[in-house]
Amino acid sequence: MRTIFATLAVLILAVLPVAAPWLQFVLTLAIAKGFAALGVAVLLRAGLISIGHAMFFAASAYGVAFLARAGIHDFGLLLILSVLAGALVGAVAGSFLVRYRAIFFAMLNLAVSMVFYALCAKLYSVTGGTDGMPVPVPAVFGIVFAEPVFKNVLFYLSLGLMVLVGVSVQRYLNSPLGHALSAVHTNEIRLEYLGIPVWAVLLIAYVISAALAGLGGAIAGFAIGRVVPDFAFWTASGHLVLIAVLGGIGGVPGAFIGALFLELLHSAAVTVTDSWNLIVGITLIVVIMFMPQGVYGLFARREVSSL
Amino acid sequence: MTRPILEAKGLHVAFNGVKAADDVSIAIHDGEFLAIIGPNGSGKTTLLNICTGYIRPRSGRVLLDGHDITRLSPRAIARRGVARAFQIPQLFSTQRVIDNMMLALAATDGLWSAVRPLESPARRDEAKALLDLVGLAGDADRISSTLPEGHRKLLDIAVALALKPRLLLLDEPTSGVSALERFPLMEALMSALRQRGITALFVEHDMDVVARYASRVLVWNAGNIMAQGRPDEVFSNAQVRQRVVGVA
Amino acid sequence: MLNAIIPLLLDSLASAALIFFAAVGLTLVFSVLRVLNVAHGSLYSIGGYVAASICLFIASRQLNPYLSFAALLFSAVFVAAIFGPLIERSLVRWTYGKSEPVQILVTFGLFLILEDLQRMIFGVQSFYEDAPMRLLGTLTIGGVVYLNYQILLIGMALLVVIGLRLLINHTRLGRLITAVVTDREMAQSIGIDTNRIFILAFSLGVFLAALGGALATPTSGIAPGLGADTMVLAFAVAAIGGLGQIEGAAVASLIVGVARVLAIYLVPSLDAVAPYAAMLVVLLIRPYGLFGSMTARRI
Repeated sequence: MRTIFATLAVLILAVLPVAAPWLQFVLTLAIAKGFAALGVAVLLRAGLISIGHAMFFAASAYGVAFLARAGIHDFGLLLILSVLAGALVGAVAGSFLVRYRAIFFAMLNLAVSMVFYALCAKLYSVTGGTDGMPVPVPAVFGIVFAEPVFKNVLFYLSLGLMVLVGVSVQRYLNSPLGHALSAVHTNEIRLEYLGIPVWAVLLIAYVISAALAGLGGAIAGFAIGRVVPDFAFWTASGHLVLIAVLGGIGGVPGAFIGALFLELLHSAAVTVTDSWNLIVGITLIVVIMFMPQGVYGLFARREVSSL
Repeated sequence: MTRPILEAKGLHVAFNGVKAADDVSIAIHDGEFLAIIGPNGSGKTTLLNICTGYIRPRSGRVLLDGHDITRLSPRAIARRGVARAFQIPQLFSTQRVIDNMMLALAATDGLWSAVRPLESPARRDEAKALLDLVGLAGDADRISSTLPEGHRKLLDIAVALALKPRLLLLDEPTSGVSALERFPLMEALMSALRQRGITALFVEHDMDVVARYASRVLVWNAGNIMAQGRPDEVFSNAQVRQRVVGVA
Repeated sequence: MLNAIIPLLLDSLASAALIFFAAVGLTLVFSVLRVLNVAHGSLYSIGGYVAASICLFIASRQLNPYLSFAALLFSAVFVAAIFGPLIERSLVRWTYGKSEPVQILVTFGLFLILEDLQRMIFGVQSFYEDAPMRLLGTLTIGGVVYLNYQILLIGMALLVVIGLRLLINHTRLGRLITAVVTDREMAQSIGIDTNRIFILAFSLGVFLAALGGALATPTSGIAPGLGADTMVLAFAVAAIGGLGQIEGAAVASLIVGVARVLAIYLVPSLDAVAPYAAMLVVLLIRPYGLFGSMTARRI
């Protein structure tokens, strides 16, 4: 039943830009943010809230820009290398961050990401400062498309990746490693007494979540054609958490539903008002107070809110 | 006599100047069912905390099969075949009963199983069998936080059993369990221990349970071992009767 | 030599004073309510906007310019009286006893709302009204010119540290607050009206934030984005000092102030990195901050 729903949803997404071409950019960006929010949601399962994941989002996007500047123009290679870069940054940061919990984990992630942000904004000669760096149109399987065509190709590739990565992450969450992750939240002591290394469980989750945020950032970089330090600002991290919660952290589809919901609402709202943050803020508070399982909770049958 | 499985030598522990253990030495041998009794606050749980690496003694050593484990983490000690059931059940409360069991079973499997789905028919059957043993078969699909306290206690013990330990440390297994269920639980536990060849050490308040099931009793009082021996010997000791059992 | 160091020191202290105002309210609210208020920076910038608006009004009507000092204080009281009880009662109260992610998200939602409200009311142009700073003039010692306003800022910060300590240690309200901080359930059970304490403590936090914003506008002006920038800075300082530690926040402000001024003089491109780098270093060595402590979990 769920598989049918998911297939249907993906098909609808696939034909939407054909009907309304302006949606293509919005949807690509939504999928990109969905990946990053999924990364945040993975950590939320362990009760860990990161207000710093925009750093990995930005790191991979900068990665693409640097690699392109260094002369790599193949889309696949750029994507893989930049996601690996995101994962690598995640492994380094995660190796000491996973020792912390609760507010301390949140704050340290914030601190690390703000150091990164400030460096991106200030090292003008390396990163172009607040102007950022361009992300040129790459070659896809050796073919160089015109920009509008590439954006279309990018959308369908992202859609395909969403399904592929989504299934993999769901598999991960269903594995003992994924269950152990939720167990960190509920009872770390028992986990230790089962002989399961908590730090390894968390580090694996952290690297996966960084790679997911990185994947999102790389796609966003391609879609926007530019990467700027604001990608890594703390409010961007806050937005990722917001999307994850809005979608409900119960399952993989939640993050993407949350991102789609928010991006579509955004494009609808900007035509009538410029008070977008006001709307998002109110929505967020209403969802947390009255629908603690997020938007996804409306569809899920049996999920336990871990919040 | 054979070499003990677990041996504590010359333990000293103090909290804020109060001595929880003052030069205590304990040994537990293969196949034993050793009960530790003593008044509240006498340091019995502390002993379990030390033997499982949760806290470190100020001095003294803990040996498992003759190897020093005093400075190992709870995780490392669990990996060496020592499981623990807690006085206050330590469960994954937002997860289903069966998931608690399957995660414990998966913990003893190899690294490769970490990337396969947690739920497999074989693992589910194994979990069910253990739940059946402690009388929780009907609760398998409930969220564990919704279980009544007594059942949570049983699940905690089942989780410890799922680790297939050689040595099981039980902290008041029958507290929180209703009087009616106490002996059936102990019968099931004893048969599981015998069947699987598990040695056990248990801290207990219920003297009837101790008298009936322990193969040896150790009386702990004010950081010292006051007496030890067969249950009938210990319970006939006048000092023990007065201080611990509470009858003159 | 001294002529080079003293201005540097004064700059550091004045910078530390402003940072302290931003952080002390955050840390105070955290210690009493156990909530990390992500919207705290917005209350700082609202204080700044209100103060700047009133000062501009005073200037435009050519009223006595010294009124602008009263305006700085008044705007802080005004913001605290309106937003303190309102936010505590409507949103923050709901998060008591909830997990950190929930608390952070609810106040993040509030932050988004307040940021847009400021933009709607005060527009997107920056405000700059330095009448209070000009009025106080300068002081020349040994050929070096100092801004008297900077000295005022440092004095005010000292006053707040001492005032808060006196309030907490020597007044009835302070003892009630201490009781609530130490053991909330116990305080409730002996009949302390914790709800009232929460409102008061939260409003006091808002007051300190708004006062900081008001005092900062004459020196640096105010523009959109100030709330978000202030928030992370306040976070950093509160974390370095140890969440909930007032004197800790003071010491941390000094560290960050000095680090920042040193960075400006030595490696100007890295001035924005300094506070976070300091936070990172401190938290890695002492995760609970310089003055913080943790309580171990028992089985």
